[in-house]
Amino acid sequence: MVGFILLADGVSGAQNLSIFDPASPSAESIRALFILVLAVTGAIFLLVEGVLIYSIIRFRPRAAARPAAGEGTEPPQVYGSMPIEIAWTAAPGLIVFLLALILTRAEYEVRVNPDNPPPGAKPLYVTVIGHQWWWEYVYEKYDGRQLGFITANELHIPVSEDGVPRPAYLTLLSADVCHSLWVPRLAGKTDLIPGRTNQMWFQSSEVDLYLGQCAEYCGTQHAHMLLRVNVDSVAQFQAWLDNQAKPAVDDIAVREGRDAFLSQSCINCHRVRGTRAKGTYAPDLTHLMSRQTLASGMVPNTRDELRKWVANPQQVKPGCLMPAFGLSERQVDLIISYLTTLN
Amino acid sequence: MATAIEEPALERPAWSATLHEWITTVDHKKIGIMYILVALVFLVIGGAEAMVMRFQLLWAESKAVPPDFFNQVMTMHGTTMIFFAAMPILAGVANYIVPLQIGARDMAFPRLNALGLWATLFGGVLAYFSFATGGAPAIGWFAYAPLTERAFARSAATDFWIIGLLVSGVGSLSGAVNLVTTVLTLRCPGMTLRKIPLYTWMAFWANVQILFAIPPLTASLIMLLFDRLLGAHFFDAQAGGSPYLWQHLFWFFGHPEVYILVLPAFGMVSDVIPVFSRKVIFGYEFMAVATIAIAFVSFGVWAHHMFCVGMTRPADVYFAAASLVVGIPTGIKVFNWLATVYGGHLRMAAPMLFCFGFLSMFVIGGLTGIMLAVTPMNFQLSDSYFVVGHFHWVIIGGILMGLFAGLYYWYPKITGRMYSERLARWQFWLLLIGFLLTFGPMHVSGMLGMPRRIYTYPVDRGWELWNQLSSLGAFIQAPSYLIFVWNVIISLKKGQPAGDDPWDGWTLEWATTSPPPSYNFETIPTVRSRRPLWDLKHPDDPDWKYE
Amino acid sequence: MSSYAGSFAAPGGTGDVSPVARHSALTPAHVGMLIFLVTEVAFFGTLIMTYVYFLRQSTQGEPNPSQVFHLPMVIAASVCLFSSSATIHLAERALRQGRRHGFLGWWGLTIALGITFLLGTVREWADLIGTWGLTISRNLFGSTYFTLVGFHALHVTIGVITMAIVFGLAARRQITEQNMTGVEVVSWYWHFVDGVWVVVFTLVYVIGR
Repeated sequence: MVGFILLADGVSGAQNLSIFDPASPSAESIRALFILVLAVTGAIFLLVEGVLIYSIIRFRPRAAARPAAGEGTEPPQVYGSMPIEIAWTAAPGLIVFLLALILTRAEYEVRVNPDNPPPGAKPLYVTVIGHQWWWEYVYEKYDGRQLGFITANELHIPVSEDGVPRPAYLTLLSADVCHSLWVPRLAGKTDLIPGRTNQMWFQSSEVDLYLGQCAEYCGTQHAHMLLRVNVDSVAQFQAWLDNQAKPAVDDIAVREGRDAFLSQSCINCHRVRGTRAKGTYAPDLTHLMSRQTLASGMVPNTRDELRKWVANPQQVKPGCLMPAFGLSERQVDLIISYLTTLN
Repeated sequence: MATAIEEPALERPAWSATLHEWITTVDHKKIGIMYILVALVFLVIGGAEAMVMRFQLLWAESKAVPPDFFNQVMTMHGTTMIFFAAMPILAGVANYIVPLQIGARDMAFPRLNALGLWATLFGGVLAYFSFATGGAPAIGWFAYAPLTERAFARSAATDFWIIGLLVSGVGSLSGAVNLVTTVLTLRCPGMTLRKIPLYTWMAFWANVQILFAIPPLTASLIMLLFDRLLGAHFFDAQAGGSPYLWQHLFWFFGHPEVYILVLPAFGMVSDVIPVFSRKVIFGYEFMAVATIAIAFVSFGVWAHHMFCVGMTRPADVYFAAASLVVGIPTGIKVFNWLATVYGGHLRMAAPMLFCFGFLSMFVIGGLTGIMLAVTPMNFQLSDSYFVVGHFHWVIIGGILMGLFAGLYYWYPKITGRMYSERLARWQFWLLLIGFLLTFGPMHVSGMLGMPRRIYTYPVDRGWELWNQLSSLGAFIQAPSYLIFVWNVIISLKKGQPAGDDPWDGWTLEWATTSPPPSYNFETIPTVRSRRPLWDLKHPDDPDWKYE
Repeated sequence: MSSYAGSFAAPGGTGDVSPVARHSALTPAHVGMLIFLVTEVAFFGTLIMTYVYFLRQSTQGEPNPSQVFHLPMVIAASVCLFSSSATIHLAERALRQGRRHGFLGWWGLTIALGITFLLGTVREWADLIGTWGLTISRNLFGSTYFTLVGFHALHVTIGVITMAIVFGLAARRQITEQNMTGVEVVSWYWHFVDGVWVVVFTLVYVIGR
C-alpha cells in the first residue's frame, strides 16, 4: 500500500516516472484500465487466498487426534461435481470476455492513426532513430510547416493547451539493433526494430520535463540510453524550433577551436550544420549547448563534463561507440572552447 | 541350459566401479538422479549469477560490476535457469517417477534416455565454454536479433551459446520422445490413459509440448548460426532479413516453454495435495482436460511477449484475448486443488508446506500475468521490472515450490531415507520470505518506470530503495537453496529409513521398495482405478466404484 | 520386499506386456518413430514458414528463383524420390512375405533412387553456385533456399545411410520377416521425407518462382 501512495504522488526529491501519474491521454487511459484490472484481480486474489487460508486453518491437524499413516478414518472422498466445475469455468470465462472487450476499447484509444489527427490539432511529426546508445530526432513537420533539422537525445514537444491539441507523432526506426522508447508518464512503450517502421504519440497538457529510457536490451550501455522529453510552452517551443533551424553559431573568437575540431576525425561521425562536419553516425552537435545533458542523459552538460567526455568517452560511458582519440590537453581545450559556443 | 558362471573378480576399486556403473547406466532411476544432480549444480551457478546482479543493483550508478560482465551474467543467468536447471530437473523427476507410476520396468528407450542426459549436460558445458572466449554472450536469454548477429556480437561466445542450446535441445527432444512413447505403450494392465496419476498425465502433456516447441527453437538457432557463420541473411535487416521474425519464432517456442516448465510442477502438486489432505483429487476429469487445454492453447498466445513491437491492433487484441483464455484452465486447477484441500485431514509435512506455498504464490503470479495480458497495460509494463517480478513469481513461487513439494514427497522413495523435516521448514520459510522480499518490490520499481536488463540506474529515479529490498531478499533466499542441498546430502546418511510407503500414498510408486530394485516391481501390477493402493487399503470402498 | 508385492496378481496372470503392445502391432519402436516424426514436422514446418515469410523478398533480389531454376532436372530427381516410396513399400511387402531376395532388390533400388535424387541436388547446387554465384550468403533467397532444401537433402542422406545399414543386416539374415520393426520404422521415415519433398518442391519450385 505504501508503494501505491508513493506511486500516485511521486517520490519527493526524485524524478517521477510512475505509470500512475500520467500526463497524457494515452497514459491516462492505461492508468484507468490498470485500476479496473487491479480491482478485478484483487477481488480474485482475496477470494482465492481467503479460501486457502480458511481451509488451512479449519482443516489443519488437531494435536489431539493425529492419525498416523494408515490408521484412523479418512475424510469423505469427494470425486468432483459437474455443476460446480461448470460454474467455476463459466465465471472466469465471463470475466475474461468482459476484460477482452474493455482492453479492445483501450487498445484503439491508445494506438491511434498518425495520419488522422483530431480536428483542430496542430500535430508535430518527428522521426526517431534509435542508435546504440543514443536517440536521433529528425524534426519533420509542425502545424503543417516543414522543419528539416536533426537533433539528439532531448526531445522537445509543444504543450497542448487552450483547447488546441498538439500531439507529437513519432515515427520509430532503428539504425542498428532493437530499442524501445519508454517515457512512462507520457505513453506506453513502442519498440524500434531494424527493418520496421513503428508509430507512437505523445500529447501533454502540462509543461514539464518527462524522463524515460530505452526499454529493450540493446547492448553494453542499454542502461544509459536515457530519454528526456521537454513539453514546452507554445512560445518556448517555437523559440526552440527557430533556434534549432539555424546553422551552427560561428563565433570568431573560437575559430582556432573550430579548426581543431574540423581537423579531427570528429567530423567523420558528427554533424555541425554550416561546417564541413557532416557525419551521420553520431549525435548532431549543431546546437549541442541547447541540451541539458550529455551522453544521452547520463551527465549534465557542463564544461567540465564535456571536457571529460571529449578527452575519454570510455571513462564516462564504458563501451560506448566513441573511442578515446588520445587527444592532447591543448587539443581538447580548443575543441571544448568551440563546442561550448554551439548554442 | 547354462550353469552359473563365475565372473573373475574385478580389480577396480569400489569407487571406480560405481562411477563406471553410473556413467554407463541406462536405468531410468539412475539417469533421473543424474539429471537432478546436474540441474542442482546449474541451479547453484545460476543463483550465483543472480547474486552478482543483485549486488550490482544495490546502489544507483554502482561501479561494482562493469556493464559488459553484468550483461553476460544476465544472459547466462536466464539461459542457465531455464535450459540447464529447470528443464533437466523436471526431466529427472519424470524419468524417475513416471515408469514407476505406470507400473513399467523402465522407459521405452533406455539408451536414448542416457543420450538425452549426456546431451543436456554437454550442452550446458558448451554454453559455459563461451566464458573461455573472453566472456559469455551478452545477448539476453531470448537473444533478440540483430544484437546476436556477427556485427554486434563479435566474439565466438554467441556461437558456443547457440551450439550448447542445440545440443541440449537434442537432449530435451530425446527425453520427450522417450517419455511420450513410454506413457503410450508401457502402461501396466488395466491402466488406461484415463487412469494414470495426474503427475504422469501432466508430465506427458508437457513432453508433448516439447515435441512441438523445441524444434522451432532448433530451427531458429540454426538460422541464426547460419547468419553468423555462413553469412546468411535471415535476421539481417539490411539484406531483407527480419529481426522481427526472430521474435515470432523465438516466442513461438518461448511461451509453450513456460508451460513445459509449470505443467510438471502442477502435476507434482496434484499428486501431493490429495495424499496430504487424505482426499481424492477433486475433479480428476476436469484437471485432465484442463491440462490438454493448456497444452494446446499455450501455442496460440506467444505474441503477448511482443505487444510493443507494433503489430496490428487486431493482432494485439487476439493475442490478449487468447492469453486471458489460457488463464481459465489454470484457474480451474487452482479451484480443484482448493476443493481437494477443503474438507481434508491436512498433514503439514514439507511436501504439503510447499504445496501451500505454491498455491498462495502461484495465484498471485497468475494474476499479474492477467495484468500483463491486457495489452494497453502491457505497453507500460512490458520490459520493465514488473515483468521480471511476474515471471520470477510464477517460476519460483509456482514451479520451484511445486518442484520442492515433489522432491520432498519422493525423496524417501528415491533414497530410502526420510529427509530432515526441520531443515525443510527452514528452507521453506527462508525461501518464502526471501522470495517475497526479492520479487515484490520489483513490481513497484517496474510501475515506477524501471526497465529490465539494466546494469545500473540513475540516482534520481527513486528506484534505489526497491532495489535494495530486492537484494536483501536475495540474500535471504540464497541460503535456502543451500539448505536444500545440505538436506539432500545429510539425510542420505542420517535420515530415518523410510520404508515403502511413508506417506500412506495411493499410486504405484509406493507399491515397491524404497529405493525400488532395478527391475522396479517384482511382478507388474494390474490396476483397476486411479488409486490402486487406495483400492488395496480400502477393499470395502475402492475407487473404481466411483470413477 | 514391498508389502504390496503380491497384491497385484491379476486373475488372468500378469505379463510384462503393456495393454497397447498386447492389442496392436504397434511396438514402442513404432510409436517412438511416429513421435519423432512429429518433431520433424515441427522442425520442417518452421523452415517452411520462414521460406513463405520471405517469399516476396526472395523473388525480388538477384539472382532470384525464376532465373536460376531448371525445372526439368528437378522434376526428374523428384520423380526418383517419389517412386522410391513405391519401391520401399514393395520391399516391405516382399520381406513380410518372406521373399528375402525380393526385399533386397527393392530395398536396394530404393537406396539407388535416393542416391540419384541426391546426385541431382548436387548437380543443381553446382549450377547455382558455379554459374549464378548463388550461395547461402549471396542474398536472402540463397539463405532460405539452401537452408530448406539443404536440410531436406540432409534427411534424405541420413535415410540412405540408414537404409544401407538395414540392407547389410538383411543380407546377413539378421533382419527377417520375424523382426521387421526396423524395416517398418525406416520406411515410415522415408515416406515422411518424401512427403516433406512434396511440400518443399511445390513451395520452392512452383509457387516460389
